[in-house]
Amino acid sequence: MVGMALPQVAPVETPEIQEVPAEDRPWVTIVWDDPVNLMSYVTWVFQKLFGYSKEKAEKLMMDVHTKGKAVVSIGARERMEMDANQLHGYGLWATVDRG
Amino acid sequence: MFRRSGGHCVATFAHDEVRVLRKVAAEVVGLLTEGMDHTDPVVSRLFPDIYPDRPEDSQEFRLYTEGDLKTSKIDQAGAILAALPDEGEGEVRLDGEAADAWLRAINDARLAMGTRLEIHAETDLGDELDQAVLEDAGSSRVFQLSVYAYLGYLQESLLNALPEIK
Repeated sequence: MVGMALPQVAPVETPEIQEVPAEDRPWVTIVWDDPVNLMSYVTWVFQKLFGYSKEKAEKLMMDVHTKGKAVVSIGARERMEMDANQLHGYGLWATVDRG
Repeated sequence: MFRRSGGHCVATFAHDEVRVLRKVAAEVVGLLTEGMDHTDPVVSRLFPDIYPDRPEDSQEFRLYTEGDLKTSKIDQAGAILAALPDEGEGEVRLDGEAADAWLRAINDARLAMGTRLEIHAETDLGDELDQAVLEDAGSSRVFQLSVYAYLGYLQESLLNALPEIK
């Protein structure tokens, strides 16, 4: 181990960091940008599939378009797999990952 | 191109459009039924890995879901074939469910063609088409690019003809 001589100071009580264990974090469905899908179509799919408002669906679509990807739903792993599978039915490029 | 008429999305297709749409839908059905090759970029675009970094998990998920996904993609391409006249020109009237199937099927066809044509984010379709015409106006690429562009306009017109989602 690499160590350095620490200055002798009184230990300070550090606040406990609330690290959420990986297995307790929810899963996410991610939609990736692709050069074929129409922006209007992607917006429509988000509204249709998730029941999102037009504003929310458009914002997500723009996130996909400008940032390359966006998280479109969050929840249990099985639910995210179902969402991604439905998105594949609409031809969107969707993957599942831990949040 | 589609327009709204009462509760339906309606379009009148000319002879050539009917022929092209039937061909495109039949090609998608063919791709899905003739033993899919997952190393084909078109197949991997239509059936993406759900866990890009975990091939085994993707494979396991595929095992349970791909059959149904493939069936629904064949059905939606079939919805195009079912609504079109067998030949000649004709009117197509789609209710909400049929419009949904058409939108998905047109999208699958555009994904397949776009992948084959190597369409990128920077691709300007007009420039691409001009270039292809200069090289050989009668080439298959000119035809494919024109059909790809046509399907984009058709999909957009159908989206605009849908009733607003509340």
